[in-house]
Amino acid sequence: MLSVFADTPTFSWDLLADVQLLFHYRFMQNAYLAGTLVALAAGMIGYFMVLRNQSFAGHSLANVGFAGATGAVLFGIPSVIGLFIAGLLAAVGIQTLNSAARQTRQSDIAVGAILTASLALGFLFVHLSPAQYASNVYTVLFGNVLGISDADVTTIVWSTLVLIGVLLFMARPLFFASIDPDVAAAHGVPVRGLALAFLSLLALEVAIAVQIVGVLLIFSLLVTPAAIAQEVTTRPLVAVSVAMILALLFTWAGLLAGYILPYPVGFFISTFAFGTYVVVRGGRLIRAHNRHRSSATTTGNTL
Amino acid sequence: MIHNSSPSPSPSSILATSTPVVQVENAAVMLGGRTIWQGVSLTVEAGEFLAILGPNGAGKSTLLKAILGLLPLSAGSISVLGHMARRGNVAIGYVPQRRHFEADVRVRGRSIVRLGLDGGKWGFPLPFLSGEREAVRRVQEAIELVGASAYADRPIGELSGGEQQRLLIAQALVTRPHILALDEPLDSLDLRNQQGIASVIRQISHETGAAVLLVAHDVNPILSAVDRVVYVAQGQVAVGTPETVITTETLSRLYNTPIEVLRASDGRIIVVGQAEAEDNSHALRLR
Repeated sequence: MLSVFADTPTFSWDLLADVQLLFHYRFMQNAYLAGTLVALAAGMIGYFMVLRNQSFAGHSLANVGFAGATGAVLFGIPSVIGLFIAGLLAAVGIQTLNSAARQTRQSDIAVGAILTASLALGFLFVHLSPAQYASNVYTVLFGNVLGISDADVTTIVWSTLVLIGVLLFMARPLFFASIDPDVAAAHGVPVRGLALAFLSLLALEVAIAVQIVGVLLIFSLLVTPAAIAQEVTTRPLVAVSVAMILALLFTWAGLLAGYILPYPVGFFISTFAFGTYVVVRGGRLIRAHNRHRSSATTTGNTL
Repeated sequence: MIHNSSPSPSPSSILATSTPVVQVENAAVMLGGRTIWQGVSLTVEAGEFLAILGPNGAGKSTLLKAILGLLPLSAGSISVLGHMARRGNVAIGYVPQRRHFEADVRVRGRSIVRLGLDGGKWGFPLPFLSGEREAVRRVQEAIELVGASAYADRPIGELSGGEQQRLLIAQALVTRPHILALDEPLDSLDLRNQQGIASVIRQISHETGAAVLLVAHDVNPILSAVDRVVYVAQGQVAVGTPETVITTETLSRLYNTPIEVLRASDGRIIVVGQAEAEDNSHALRLR
């Protein structure tokens, strides 16, 4: 694979040399390590997000992170902390509004209101920040995976371990509560406590994933792999594994493409995820359509 | 009740035990400052099939939930298998009143049934551990018991209401409970499915020896299986065989207004009278 750009690395057919070249730089090592961890956690938590119909809530949590990250810059604290705090506040807010408004439409409106208010707040923070931090906005929105430091990697390693550990521990009751809250409650599952715990974990994942794909593109690691997994299998364990593997593949392929070509990594990750979703979802719709038509034909013949 | 992995006792051994599976003594429930019912006493023997009947809002589901330990009593006591009623009792299989799963829930039925066995447990089991094979066998047994083998691996959201209901009953059966508590399992099903589910429940109560507590609007689909009925109305209950409880005299006394009970030539029971004006849907469904 030969690149047409003189200033980008040249790949040969010697795979070993290619891999050595890819991991030659520290920033690439960090990018792959951070990307791998974030993708694995995203695939796993994303499955529950899709199962719970909370894709929109998760997307909002990420956008609320914009205010968190820009606010963190303004007040001089690490942006991961700012993101996490903002996400936690949003999680509590969404949870409270959800239990207050039982209708889905009302809760969608509530989540949308929180989302917009926090974007406005983020806008204000950007305006108040010194001019040299203006580029930070771009990073928060779209991620900067090639700029991940050793300290960032340490944070991501620990956060991911905590996240996956807690999620595994509560996996079965959370699955039960997501599928059938009434029966789960009768089995002694703390349904509302789990809902809040889940949103908090989601806030944590968003806080660390933002560095890879940014708040606007985070959907491609959280929701898209899980949605594809649910298209291809109905077995929960298999679906979670598929979601994790897909998120991992999109991230690895995105990093590779971003390294070879002079376009952003976040663009590639999102595009690979979207492309796969279109193919899988489209394939299933076409099959369902054909089945429907052939059964319609059969009925027509018998009549 | 300790979770027991050995095969459940056969019907005869359950019948041999002298303690009733459920004992309700002079119980009352208050919700939001309103007494739903009071002075309720009821004894359910092992293997018995009980239908809980009555108009909407009379507190049929409340009675079931009180037995499940999901609601506190304001007076009296309820014991289940000799212990106080409590939440999460594996001796009771519970199917709550429900709307259907959304069409886009892409989880196979088998996994939904499995939830009844260990869905509420914390921690994550390793798939290759010895308990797994037994769990898979139990799930399969419950699925076969309700006759759902043909579609147990399809996404639950794509199944019909009757198919979903069978799988949910399988979910309740997977712990091999001594009591099966069903809240309007026949509601929102068409006539054919109503009869199908009713015969599955009847068959389960014979094969497993579990006591069945079934909340229903209409006693007719289950009339041939029912041992006794609990009729809840006006904050009170009447308990007895269908012949003694669903009568003009008993219901008129319970409602404190003239009620007429008719028996059709095919054995179906039709209730007419003031209950109709008070609760139209109830009278229509009973017909």
